[in-house]
Amino acid sequence: MPVTQEQLDDVALSTAEYELILQRLGREPNAVELGLFGSMWSEHCGYKHSKLLLRLLPNESARLLVEPGKENAGVIDIGNGKAVVAKVESHNHPSAVEPFQGAATGVGGIVRDIFAMGARPVALLNSLRFGTIDEPSSAGLFHGVVSGISWYGNCIGVPDIGGEISFADCYSQNPLVNAMCVGIVETSELTYAKATGVGNKVFLIGAQTGRDGIHGASGLASRTFEDDRELRPTVQVGNPFLEKVLIEACLEIASKGILVGMQDLGAAGLTSSVIECASKGEAGIELDLSQVPLREAGMNAYDIMLSESQERMLLIVEEKDEHVIIEACDKWDLDYAHIGTVTDTNRVQIWLNGTKEADLPVDILTDPPLYALDGSQSPEAKAFGERDLGSLALPALTIRESLLKMLSHPDIASKEWVYRQYDHMVQTNTVIPPGADAAVIRVSDSNLGIAAATDGNGRYCEADPFNGGAIAIAEATRNLICVGAQPVALSDCLNFGDPEKPEVAFQLEQCIQGMRAACLALGVPIISGNVSLYNETRGEAVYPTPVIGSVGLVDDINLALKPGFKQAGDLVLLLGASALDKGPQDLSASLALEELHNTSGRKLTIDLDLETKLQKACLELIQEGLIESAHDCSDGGLGVALAESCMPLSIGFKLETPIPERWDAALFSETQSRVIISIRSEKLKDVVQMITQNHVPWMSLGRTTDGELTLGETSLSIQDMTDAFVSRLASV
Amino acid sequence: MRFGIVVFPGTWSDVDCYKALTQDLPHEAEYVWHKETNLTNFDCIVLPGGFSYGDYLRTGAMAKFSPVMDSVRSFAAEGGPVIGICNGFQILCESGLLPGVLRRNEQMTFRCDWVNLRVDNSSTIFSHTLDRHQVISVPISHGEGNYYADDSTIASMEAAGQIVFRYTDESGNATREANPNGSLSNIAGITNTQGNVLGMMPHPERCCDPVLGGTDGSFIFQSIADAANITR
Repeated sequence: MPVTQEQLDDVALSTAEYELILQRLGREPNAVELGLFGSMWSEHCGYKHSKLLLRLLPNESARLLVEPGKENAGVIDIGNGKAVVAKVESHNHPSAVEPFQGAATGVGGIVRDIFAMGARPVALLNSLRFGTIDEPSSAGLFHGVVSGISWYGNCIGVPDIGGEISFADCYSQNPLVNAMCVGIVETSELTYAKATGVGNKVFLIGAQTGRDGIHGASGLASRTFEDDRELRPTVQVGNPFLEKVLIEACLEIASKGILVGMQDLGAAGLTSSVIECASKGEAGIELDLSQVPLREAGMNAYDIMLSESQERMLLIVEEKDEHVIIEACDKWDLDYAHIGTVTDTNRVQIWLNGTKEADLPVDILTDPPLYALDGSQSPEAKAFGERDLGSLALPALTIRESLLKMLSHPDIASKEWVYRQYDHMVQTNTVIPPGADAAVIRVSDSNLGIAAATDGNGRYCEADPFNGGAIAIAEATRNLICVGAQPVALSDCLNFGDPEKPEVAFQLEQCIQGMRAACLALGVPIISGNVSLYNETRGEAVYPTPVIGSVGLVDDINLALKPGFKQAGDLVLLLGASALDKGPQDLSASLALEELHNTSGRKLTIDLDLETKLQKACLELIQEGLIESAHDCSDGGLGVALAESCMPLSIGFKLETPIPERWDAALFSETQSRVIISIRSEKLKDVVQMITQNHVPWMSLGRTTDGELTLGETSLSIQDMTDAFVSRLASV
Repeated sequence: MRFGIVVFPGTWSDVDCYKALTQDLPHEAEYVWHKETNLTNFDCIVLPGGFSYGDYLRTGAMAKFSPVMDSVRSFAAEGGPVIGICNGFQILCESGLLPGVLRRNEQMTFRCDWVNLRVDNSSTIFSHTLDRHQVISVPISHGEGNYYADDSTIASMEAAGQIVFRYTDESGNATREANPNGSLSNIAGITNTQGNVLGMMPHPERCCDPVLGGTDGSFIFQSIADAANITR
């Protein structure tokens, strides 16, 4: 049967890829088999365009128990027989089509990745990007996504402890919805996604399988889309209650230590789950699809294999232990079915009602062609990165007006309206709630804390992908440092446009190189990740947006540093790249450039050597209990960082150094590697000694007060700043 | 003092209650599976927060048919103390153990935050270690906490001192701004007429440990324990 172009389009395979299948298989695949190839060779499952690059990302760490890539996520030892797993994943395309369910099932999917390893999900975070907030369609997507995350996350009882939200035109038709989950596992109860042991039984538990989400991986996630209306049926619908029950049942089973393997059903459903388990176990699997509990009649093998129905898990167990699964499922009123058997054929063999529907070698399915990218920077992008801002005049606004404008920008404005809709306290371990540089949760029954944050900066990456990638890593770890946590692991989600375009390929290559450089400098491994390509609508790509989820350890939660100046009379120092005499060129890629100057461009760079020293010094200061507060200068620069330090506890600040003529650059430049700290004045000597030992430049900025934020001639009351800061998102 | 913490499918404050009672406070506690019907081992029953059975129909509407609820009704009828927190409050209302209903929050969004509660009756077994009109700080986390009952029910509850907690500002004023969900008369927690069944939307188990930001919740559990000891 010669295949038609339409059939290939359906499964997103190229003619050349089809030829390759014929050559390796030695025959034509049937329709079901073609569907399996389409899924396994999709960008989403097969990482065709990114795998070669992803190998550049460092993943070495003395704490690493399980290597990333071998499992859903790398596993990091945190001592006392416990380990942490974490992963960020995208659900961009489904959320563009159906924001509520798209975002909700994004949460569900990442949570399953974590408990599939036997880990208890203990924290959720997210990173969201929308079009300009004043656009009604962006506001609609924003509200839909936030409600979806709230609905799903709250129901499953996992605290949503933080994240970030940013708005820019390029995301208006293609929002980015990245979700992160952190889990804690007893190392003795780690489970693996592998099928071993000939004759062992393969169980499917959880939701019934329906026709939802067919072609999710191959269609939705692996192509740009032109007309989104027709794609609605490819989005799945979530059932968070079932997920909660599935978590409890699976962890109960995992705690018995009898599981040979466990794997969630995510993108490409049963197909990728079964084939990955067979591949990792170097085995074959024989499936009888007539055993799969179905939601509707008349589903054929193709439908069943490619369905992305949510809340399902694959469990592999020795026959003698199957009663453990059955008992747990009975207790939790979950559907279960024995759907297959582990074989020694290294083939996946699929039967439905006595008919053999597919019979393919596992190794071909899991070995898609890998494409080396051929990137080159477009002249426009190069010019954008090298823009000369030297002739930029001072803004027309005053300092006061500028700061209030910056504080009310939706990227900077308080996200309280959002995180108030997420249960961030359930599990009663949240020590530092959302709103700080990073959130901190306690590891149950201990004083150990886990800090987590998400960070991304499309604006910097658009201006210069190498530096932008490096800055994303540096900011993610700096945020952890500012609450007193030692960064131990990162997870990345790479959101890019169409990699087959040279300019996008260039961005991807450079970004990953920049991330690599920063990871090596800072000594932090990337333990898991996800790639979301084809984030384009009608030919327009989103900013290159690597989102970094970071995890750090706080040795003693009582020493975790809460945000904000603590009392009047403290000294405030600026550590790191501390010079204030800045010029307009320093406004590179900043938010102020867009907001106060109505223009954009020019690359922002980072000195990774300085960043490393700064982070080390800052962490030591906190661990020694020498400082009262720490906050990094990021979006909105020093001016916004000072205001953000004043607002939490309503403490004022007076700048005791003259404001240079170019106050716009001095206050709002987003120069990297800067942290402001506040200290009791009697600690100055010890603090300075520790800073200079670490060869970190610093300067004194002034003192905290009972009153207002005073910058030269300008004074702003805490109330005025808070009004600007808090009301913006609440009023969308 | 031995607490029984009921676990429905979809309950998620069970572990938080267990930790608060047994680690932050010096009590004993045990989980009670929703299919269990024997409650004789317990001095107090806790119905914790969560989304029992997903609460897709109406909060608590499925849970009230759970086998354990018949036993909870008997336990309460015999005067045993029962505390329903968040979803537990919703289940108690739905089961007829407490008057009124909990509707969708007025703002139509879920809300997780710290709120101030004024103690309007400090002579119940749940509140006697607090002072009348004392203001305590306790977290809320719900989408459907908007309490409603008809006027005569509210009036009779008021007269009988059944309204134990109200949402207020820091100074104890029951203002509209201090009401996080639109509850009638700023009601946050009520008892039955006998005074042995309490339902409250806020989560006392989330504030029994200073590292979490407060310990006011411990007074409520301590009240129950002290009352039980006195009765004995």
